Amino acid sequence: MNLIEVNSVSFAYTEGVSVLKDVTFSLNEGSVAIIGQNGSGKTTLVKLLKALLKPNTGDILIKGVNTKETTAAKLAKTVGLVFQNPNDQIFKNKVLDEVMFGPLNIGQSVEEARENAIRALETVSLVDKKEENPYDLSLSERKLVSIASILSMSTDIVIFDEPTIAQDWWGKTKIKSIVRNLVDCGKLVITITHDMDFVGECFQRVIVLSKGELLLDGPTREVFSKEDVLRTAYLEPPYVTQLWRAMGYEGVLLSAEEFVKYYESRLPNS
Amino acid sequence: MKAVVVENLKYRYPSTERLALDSVSFEVEQGEFIGIIGKNLAGKSTLCEALVGLVPHFYKGAYGGRVVVDGVEVLSSDVSELARHIGIVFQNPFTQVTAAKLTVYEEVAFGLENFGFERSEMVDRIDYVLKLLGLYEYKDRNPFELSGGQMQRLAIASIIAMKPSIIVLDEPTSQLDPLGSEEVFKAVQSLSKEGITIIMVEQKMEKIAQYADKVMLMNEGRVIDFGAPEKVFSRSDLETYGVEPPVFTSIAKRLNIKDNDTGLYPVTLEQMRRLMISEPHRS
Repeated sequence: MNLIEVNSVSFAYTEGVSVLKDVTFSLNEGSVAIIGQNGSGKTTLVKLLKALLKPNTGDILIKGVNTKETTAAKLAKTVGLVFQNPNDQIFKNKVLDEVMFGPLNIGQSVEEARENAIRALETVSLVDKKEENPYDLSLSERKLVSIASILSMSTDIVIFDEPTIAQDWWGKTKIKSIVRNLVDCGKLVITITHDMDFVGECFQRVIVLSKGELLLDGPTREVFSKEDVLRTAYLEPPYVTQLWRAMGYEGVLLSAEEFVKYYESRLPNS
Repeated sequence: MKAVVVENLKYRYPSTERLALDSVSFEVEQGEFIGIIGKNLAGKSTLCEALVGLVPHFYKGAYGGRVVVDGVEVLSSDVSELARHIGIVFQNPFTQVTAAKLTVYEEVAFGLENFGFERSEMVDRIDYVLKLLGLYEYKDRNPFELSGGQMQRLAIASIIAMKPSIIVLDEPTSQLDPLGSEEVFKAVQSLSKEGITIIMVEQKMEKIAQYADKVMLMNEGRVIDFGAPEKVFSRSDLETYGVEPPVFTSIAKRLNIKDNDTGLYPVTLEQMRRLMISEPHRS
């Protein structure tokens, strides 16, 4: 049984204005990036995966459970969604209370919830801010609080909507490490992002949406090799690949480390 | 006349102890495109607020030094008067969109109406900016039915429509797809070529390196460096300030590829490609 099965799903907020059209794919553990032009249906898709929205046609099965027959609350133990805007997610007056809310909500004892919340705050390096009001923190710190609120529930599926927005180098490094750790722990990590270098470095599989349709779905290197198709969806390969190709070389590179390795191997004296 | 003059600016938010801006001094020529970089809480957004007068007029707090934009001294003016000279695009478009208007078209018209522009002039400007930012097809839609990226473009359009002498943008492309982001940078660059001064806070170092005339590196409320992108991104201590240089510069540093004439590292794809193709560059 797949962790997630999306079968011929279509969705419209307003009748006649399709946001998703006949989308089909299945997912298991590992890291998956969902990329696409603004308005291509990415955020709508992850809201459907969390059962915040229900498909108009088609079905979504989360661990075999049809989202039409369950609720977001019932899925909370399985699917965690970090919203694009932390202000849409955070509502408590204290960081620790915010991060404990999810664990308590899924039935953990106060001690257990506190322990998991502290561990999650350590992961995002915000444990020293646990007594503060989230709205006294910077936007990037609030984003990390919203991430900790999901990590504290240890769901099998973790979805991030644009996690690197407003993050500086330190914050991005932290988020990359969180994604890798979750994958190492056998979780399914789904991320919406516009940062192609982040996708190249951290994600094993890429799904491309264009105007509500599934345009590409495959291993990251394979998807980024289709530059002409990506351009139709307002996307481009990572900068390292662009540089590699500008040098006249073939292939797709996914990180600066790969670039250095391949470039040095081509030097005459190597 | 300089577009912006900042002299020994110090500022502390109410009920805080730390200076958010500390001894900041710099000047910007008319039509220059300035990129501001630095880690979170470096003072970048506060500096933007100080340029448009929200600091100190809205936020209050302790203020010292002098800020002059387009010949107007910020401290002795007010936010509404300053808005005729300098506009700001906020980091979060939900902060910017008024929620008072029901369509994208009316939202862009809002600022122009407030300034009392002629109807024909308003129509021309609204059509121009909606097309420039790829929003024309959404002109009759409610702003709150737009995606995050479309909303961000609407916030930018609303400011560009007013054509202030100086435009401040605080991470304006954070929610945009790669080519949409590129379009915004190109649009902003064309405004700068028309003589509008651009001051942009941005985390996308590759784009800042490509488009900005100068880069300002901030840390803990202070200006650490201010100069050509090649000079700032060639610093060996960037990571200390929580900044990762453009990926091209990172690779060049690892491969020790420098411009022999300047001794500086390349910062754009084209500079890097040129240096890699022309030997000898490895020392």
